[in-house]
Amino acid sequence: MSVPVTAASVALDGGVVTAPEALPESGAFVASRGFWGHVVHRLVRDPVAVAAGAVILIVIVIACLSPWITPMDPYKGSMLRRLKPVADATYWLGSDELGRDMISRLMLGSRLSLFIGVTPVVIAFVIGSAIGILAGYVGGWTNTILMRTIDVFFAFPSVLLAIALSGALGAGIFNSIVSLTCVFVPQIARVAESVTTGIRKRDYIDAAKLSGASPLTIMRVQVLGNVLGPIFVYSTSLISVSMILASGLSFLGLGVRPPEPEWGLMLNTLRTAIYVNPVVAALPGLCIFIVSISFNIFSDGLRNAMEIRQ
Amino acid sequence: MLLYILKRLVAVTPVAFGVSIVCFLLVHLAPGDPLSAILPADATQQTIDDMRAAYGFDKPLPVQYLIWLWHVLHGDLGVSIATGRPVLGEVSRAVVNSLILASVATALGFTFGVLFGFVAGYRRNSLADRVASALSVFGVSVPHYWLGMVMVIVFSATLGWLPPTGAGPDGSGNWRPDFDHLRYLILPAVTMSVIPTGIIARTVRALVADILAQDFVEALRAKGMDELGVFKHVVRNAAPTALAIMGLQLGYLLGGSILIETVFAWPGTGFLLNAAIFQRDLPLLQGSILVLAMFFVLLNLVVDVMQTALDPRIERA
Repeated sequence: MSVPVTAASVALDGGVVTAPEALPESGAFVASRGFWGHVVHRLVRDPVAVAAGAVILIVIVIACLSPWITPMDPYKGSMLRRLKPVADATYWLGSDELGRDMISRLMLGSRLSLFIGVTPVVIAFVIGSAIGILAGYVGGWTNTILMRTIDVFFAFPSVLLAIALSGALGAGIFNSIVSLTCVFVPQIARVAESVTTGIRKRDYIDAAKLSGASPLTIMRVQVLGNVLGPIFVYSTSLISVSMILASGLSFLGLGVRPPEPEWGLMLNTLRTAIYVNPVVAALPGLCIFIVSISFNIFSDGLRNAMEIRQ
Repeated sequence: MLLYILKRLVAVTPVAFGVSIVCFLLVHLAPGDPLSAILPADATQQTIDDMRAAYGFDKPLPVQYLIWLWHVLHGDLGVSIATGRPVLGEVSRAVVNSLILASVATALGFTFGVLFGFVAGYRRNSLADRVASALSVFGVSVPHYWLGMVMVIVFSATLGWLPPTGAGPDGSGNWRPDFDHLRYLILPAVTMSVIPTGIIARTVRALVADILAQDFVEALRAKGMDELGVFKHVVRNAAPTALAIMGLQLGYLLGGSILIETVFAWPGTGFLLNAAIFQRDLPLLQGSILVLAMFFVLLNLVVDVMQTALDPRIERA
């Protein structure tokens, strides 16, 4: 219904059409709000998604401010005060196996955990979208070669691929981000390819071609505008998995190295303390879980709000 | 049907080749020389050159790949650097243990997933539906290695009901189906089953709701068929997809078991991989990953063929 409108508006505006308006589901009936206004409107009426979004926001704020707001020095240990329980007078959430304050380390740890969890998805979003859109729009041999190569990576379960790559590359933050990016690029590329192939034959692409738009303009305006939404939503759903895997690599000793605080690594070093102080030992994992489930719920809410079917 | 299987086999061959190339290149991704892990730091250039020639690392990459592939096709995955034993033997022993764990976890996940999925699909928006949805979000969001730790904390450290680590009382790597060994299997299998439970519950719920909304169900009811009869039709329609998801989950669990096996010190492929990574035992790493990935490719093929055989709606073209 809004498809011819899109083509027309492109012709009238000289190609200046904002990406979201080109979506078929755009505010055809709530035109005054615009697509993103519509999405936000639907999103705020979903209390569970709003709560999840709030949790994510709080964690991001803590991560940004943590070097200045931690109650104690996250690196300073005390052999006399090791493994204090939760609700200790000095250590609110107890202390770890080297006597360092848990709440300070959990706060500072949110930085690295978020960084190593979100970065691979962001990079993979850029690379995967580029590969998928190219394969989907150009089609033919380009598509066959790119997508058959992608298929090879689908032959590995993602946990196995992540561990194989970082195991071969060696431990470290950079290597763990590289391996996780390699895990997510094929997944995003496959979604991008199928979405792009789906719109390639639509009338408004032909209309734009007839109106004399260059292939690059069509790709930028018509194709990007219509495919980025679904790819974006799919990518947000990967952040939860990425957080679990990134911390999992650190848990195995393949990611962040001590003494830097990171939730997965903290969980690993506290494993020996489960008989002495089980609650403290479980705290870093609880943080990973809370952030991961929040991203999952928020991504689900976003998909519903954007009316993208799975 | 036979023709279809042959076609699938042909289609899967390039993927299998791709997988072998990725596994081969893994060793060359490693920083430095693959031999640096076993050569002493003060090795002379002569020794290094001799070793390179002995392992074939002095030849160009494509030649090395073909030689390696030739050996692999003859069942020779090389020799573990750490133990000096053939990689194939080490991997096969571990694969059996991993298969036991992953199969039990998949069976548990399938049972509970189908149960929750059916209840939720039949009673949309009921309390049961909400519980099932919450459970499926929990299943895919929980870091399973942490869940494993929590299980150990609750059932081993606090209650003392079940052993926290290992595969058996004698500390051996051979699991046997008796009561003593079963106790060791419970915690890792239950932990592992949480992921497939969530995914299968979500899929079955959507499937059942979708089938119940179709015209033929209404026609069956209009004809006077009782609910049990209708239920049988729903099961028959949902089965191919549900079984396919189950098969794929088995593959994911087998390949992704490293974290859980590490938490529970389960002597499977994950545990082997962990050892290979930290001892920089590259042939063992390469061999284990090749075996696991090929198993996954094969499983995909079997699932595909099974689904087509079970579901007459899928064209065999």
